[in-house]
Amino acid sequence: MYRIGSGAGFSGDRVDAPQSVVASIAAAGQGGAIIFETLGERTLALGQIARKHHPERGYEPLLEDLLEPVLAQCVANNIVIVGNFGQANPPAAAAVIQAMATRLGLGALRIALVEGDDLTGRIDLAQTERWDGDGRLPDLEGDVIAINAYLGAAPIAEAIRAGAQVVVTGRVADPALVLGPLVAHFGWAWNDLDRMASGTLAGHLLECGSQVSGGFFADPGFKDVPGTADIGFPIAEVEADGSFVITKAEGTGGVVDLRTVKEQLLYEIHDPAAYLTPDVTLDITAVELAQVGPNRVLVSGARGHAAPPRLKATVSFYGDWLGEAEISYAGPNALARARLAITTINERIRMRQLGVRHRADVIGAVSAFDSDEGDLLVDYEDEAPGDYRVRFAFGSNSQRAVEQAVQEVNALYCCGPAGGGGVRQSVRPRVRTISHMVPRDLVEARYRFAEHHP
Amino acid sequence: MSARFTTTALHRIAHGRSGDKGNRLNVNVIAYDVRHWPVLLAEVTAERVAALFAHRGVVQVTRYELPRLGALNFVIEDALEGGVNSSLGLDTHGKCLSYLVLGMEIRVPVEPGGGLPLAPQLQTAR
Repeated sequence: MYRIGSGAGFSGDRVDAPQSVVASIAAAGQGGAIIFETLGERTLALGQIARKHHPERGYEPLLEDLLEPVLAQCVANNIVIVGNFGQANPPAAAAVIQAMATRLGLGALRIALVEGDDLTGRIDLAQTERWDGDGRLPDLEGDVIAINAYLGAAPIAEAIRAGAQVVVTGRVADPALVLGPLVAHFGWAWNDLDRMASGTLAGHLLECGSQVSGGFFADPGFKDVPGTADIGFPIAEVEADGSFVITKAEGTGGVVDLRTVKEQLLYEIHDPAAYLTPDVTLDITAVELAQVGPNRVLVSGARGHAAPPRLKATVSFYGDWLGEAEISYAGPNALARARLAITTINERIRMRQLGVRHRADVIGAVSAFDSDEGDLLVDYEDEAPGDYRVRFAFGSNSQRAVEQAVQEVNALYCCGPAGGGGVRQSVRPRVRTISHMVPRDLVEARYRFAEHHP
Repeated sequence: MSARFTTTALHRIAHGRSGDKGNRLNVNVIAYDVRHWPVLLAEVTAERVAALFAHRGVVQVTRYELPRLGALNFVIEDALEGGVNSSLGLDTHGKCLSYLVLGMEIRVPVEPGGGLPLAPQLQTAR
């Protein structure tokens, strides 16, 4: 049996979560692995921009906060660390980890880098196809920041087999962070598709951290979760046949049960018979779940089919400018005053010919569910006195136009409806991403050990 | 004896989570009690889910059935106003949107003792 835990489910996750996971795996005394998934499509583009401006940056900004408290315990207990915290710059992340190890008196670590995902300047996008899930999104124009392909588990497994204590990746498929260590440990064959599917399923369940162990789950009175301030991150106990138990770190809050596992099992899945990854096409339609103890769910029955012929790649572009500004209206007739603020701003944008995309939400009435056109707000009938916050958003390629639109919201202080208060405003640049499908023979995934400079 | 029915929010008998990839949203809907699986099948159709998102321009919804899990998975195309990097909305990931589906009114059989199914409490491990 092999234990593999999750230390982070996204860039920005709780930084102290890895500690109880590592402590639990260490206490069992048989080694294992801990994975860190900290790389979204947007995060990667931001990393690429950071690296362009500062060659030593472009890796996960929270890397040291996440790793420093657990690095010594991982090394001492034969717990392999695998993370995509290399983002756009795995060598820089490796250097930071080595510096951390030196600081902690651990000496030179065997740190492997996975490379080959960065296709920027190396492929012609015109010869690739767009991923169908982006649907009716318009083609993007402007300067490409980066193109990154989702790599599979092979270079991770090879690095661990070669003795890596830490594996730093850029863009890899999230479940590959887990499948790699499992293949290295059990020696599974790459054409053993059901085991590839099982390892990928374990990865899918672990990759979002506490989302399988009580995070993003609590709904008071319906789905109660104990200890939400101290949710234990998950650990999979994987058997050689590919079945595994999902549990969580000892002495923590949270819950692992059939409901938490089901929600994560179907999270970001489209066709449950064909979840496409670089290593296997995962079929979860015959998966069986069983509660086998407190906070322990046995998962079995994953089936694998041949991996798809092409790899998905994220293409990131410099995007538009996003401006946001908010103002509050409260008390009698507040919603009517909020509505008047919206129509006033619409008219000001027209009068000044700012040409920005714009939208308004009335927080407290209708916001997250509505459309850019405000269809639900138009039909919203409850005009009870309340406490409403109008949130305006403006988008344009022109920074100046967005700044001018935001300034119009500020001007509501004197010129808008009665009793508007609490304006907050921000303007910031965005990146945009779109996915393309890239033939495998254009991608060379590989690992190498980092060179340590004394 | 024919079953009597009443109406309630889907949230009373099912839970779920939404996720995004690009401009495509998925929402899973999972029955707390497998006895309600036929209710999910009959009531929570792709057409009704599409209607919930019609104001956002959605025209295509695919429903996948997972009887072993007592769950449905909906793939909702073009639901995210451009997705996380271009939407002007507050919830650019669509993370709130599972609750738009769970707010749907459905018909459920009246419980043997009368009334609605009880709100489920925390499952303790067996």
